[in-house]
Amino acid sequence: MANNPTQFALLSRILHWLMAAMLLAMLFIGVAMVASLGNYHRLVAIHRPLGIMILILAAIRLVNRMCTTLPPFPPTMSPLERRVASASERLLYTLMFALPLVGWGMLSAGHYPIVMFGPWHLPPILPANPTLYAVLRQTHTLLAYLLFATFLAYLSAVLFHTLIIRDRLLNRMALWSTRSRKSKRSSTT
Amino acid sequence: MNEWNAMNSSEPDQMSETSPAPLRGGDLVLRLAAIGVVIAGIAGLFLYAGGWFNPHALSPATMITAFEQTSGKHPGFRRNHAKGVCVSGYFESNGRGVALSKAVVFLPGRVPIIGRFALAGGQPYQADAAHTVRSMALLFKLPDGEEWRTGINNIPVFPVNTAQGFYDLLLASAPAPATGKPDPAKMSAFMEKHPESAKAMQLIRSQPVSSGFADSTYNSLNAFRFINAQGVMTPVRWAMVPVQPFVPYHAPDSGQADKNYLFDALITSIQSHPLQWHLIITIGQGDPTADATLPWPPDRQQVDVGTLTINQVESEDTSPARDINFDPLILPSGMSGSDDPLLSARSAAYAESFTRRESEHKDPSAVSPAETGK
Ligand code: HEM
Ligand code: HEM
Repeated sequence: MANNPTQFALLSRILHWLMAAMLLAMLFIGVAMVASLGNYHRLVAIHRPLGIMILILAAIRLVNRMCTTLPPFPPTMSPLERRVASASERLLYTLMFALPLVGWGMLSAGHYPIVMFGPWHLPPILPANPTLYAVLRQTHTLLAYLLFATFLAYLSAVLFHTLIIRDRLLNRMALWSTRSRKSKRSSTT
Repeated sequence: MNEWNAMNSSEPDQMSETSPAPLRGGDLVLRLAAIGVVIAGIAGLFLYAGGWFNPHALSPATMITAFEQTSGKHPGFRRNHAKGVCVSGYFESNGRGVALSKAVVFLPGRVPIIGRFALAGGQPYQADAAHTVRSMALLFKLPDGEEWRTGINNIPVFPVNTAQGFYDLLLASAPAPATGKPDPAKMSAFMEKHPESAKAMQLIRSQPVSSGFADSTYNSLNAFRFINAQGVMTPVRWAMVPVQPFVPYHAPDSGQADKNYLFDALITSIQSHPLQWHLIITIGQGDPTADATLPWPPDRQQVDVGTLTINQVESEDTSPARDINFDPLILPSGMSGSDDPLLSARSAAYAESFTRRESEHKDPSAVSPAETGK
């Protein structure tokens, strides 16, 4: 199980799908809450702790990535495509850290308590400062839009491989193991 | 990072299968279209969630822009309650609140507070007037790092009970370009559309007005919930009731040479002796919690849970309280908002006002450091 060379490690695959769902949810909650008077409070109360969960998971994920062997890219990907794919993965990792840190930092700079659940809250990571708050608040929006754009580009590429080239790129990340099917097939050929 | 590249670009891969034959014409187009639909669909949902397709819907941004349209744009200042002065002191709890709420603020003892007195309205240089709504905003700094923030007004009920009502009132009270005064026709149209506001304003007008900030009672208006250690929930409203005796206002405002006469009187009295208020919690008994235009019956049980003492005053120009958002839903554990729709609307609108003013150049406050003697 641990050494299927064409698939990511199981923990990597679980983290991938869990965080994909959480990040997408955060993007939608984020844009919906700042446009809403009636649901603002309810949504922002979910947004803060969910964002911090993402920060924690991102740290686990980075360590996990450095400790496991990545499956090779399929041969259908050109060197250029591989470089673009690696660069976009690196950008996504950066954003997974930057967005929650900027969120936490902007609330610190805005002199807000960083409330998680009940009485549990986080300490400020930056001094209260109006200009710093304003810059980080802008940055939070910009990074969130950048994350969404990167996600769309990334999804387009994966769909292109899966539906057009049909090289089973998605299998690398499938939650189920794809080895058994493969070994069966190779034994029949 | 280098390892990353090395691993990712590892040479010809021994995938057990090669990709199938290329797709032909119709099938290819169909699949490309499917990809396009998925991507456009997700992007569209995202924009829809963010309200892009409905830019005129009532949102925090349209609400705050309406304040700017009625009061003019005054960069750096709060979009409402723009004229103010900052204070500090402490709250001494007598322990009686513990029965109602497990919030740390109600344990017997003292917690530091900072706050701000202000006049309602979006004009930071307006002349003080006795009938302008007065406010007290407080931030209680609790020993466990939690905060309780509250913004309270010297009126018995709020003039509106929904965000839409507030927005309609703003537009109705906007000065007409020709006269520079609100259009009476618009105001009566508003009253007709919002009978709850007409009733509330009558009640507000019938309340005697005190001589200044120091002898005013400030009310939460919105209802909240207290939760005690046993998990029992109590609907409440609160008020800061002055220890300073009530003196009715009399001098007509037009006779006041000092445009800051209310603020200056407050500053003088804080500098001569600390000012005090009792924090009074009113317990609801099946009373409306989602309608700030309705008063609660006067015979409801009230609990005095402690005393607020204000002993320092400082201009906004130098006080950290200028850069604080007194969001009414920043509450310690043991308190939460009620079903009053104004609460979330306030939270959202204050955040938008806060972000705009913190992004702007700051002009000096009308109540200057020279006046506060600092
Ligand atoms: C983890 C990934 C995160 C994502 C993808 C994300 C995304 C977003 C988005 C899309 C918005 C709306 C921006 C706009 O349209 O202007 C937003 C706003 C906001 N975010 Fe995040 N966020 C994340 C983490 C956090 C964290 C960890 C915190 C705080 C602890 C936070 C606090 C906030 C707040 C307070 C706002 C609204 C501020 C306002 O009302 O002006 N975010 N976020
Ligand atoms: C939907 C209804 C309301 C809207 C849209 C609204 C809007 C605003 C805005 C934009 C500010 C400036 C916030 C900032 O920049 O920090 C403000 C301040 C304030 N509001 Fe409201 N408000 C509403 C209802 C209420 C109610 C029901 C109360 C009840 C007591 C209230 C009390 C205050 C006080 C005391 C302040 C001054 C806070 C300070 O000194 O910083 N508001 N309001």
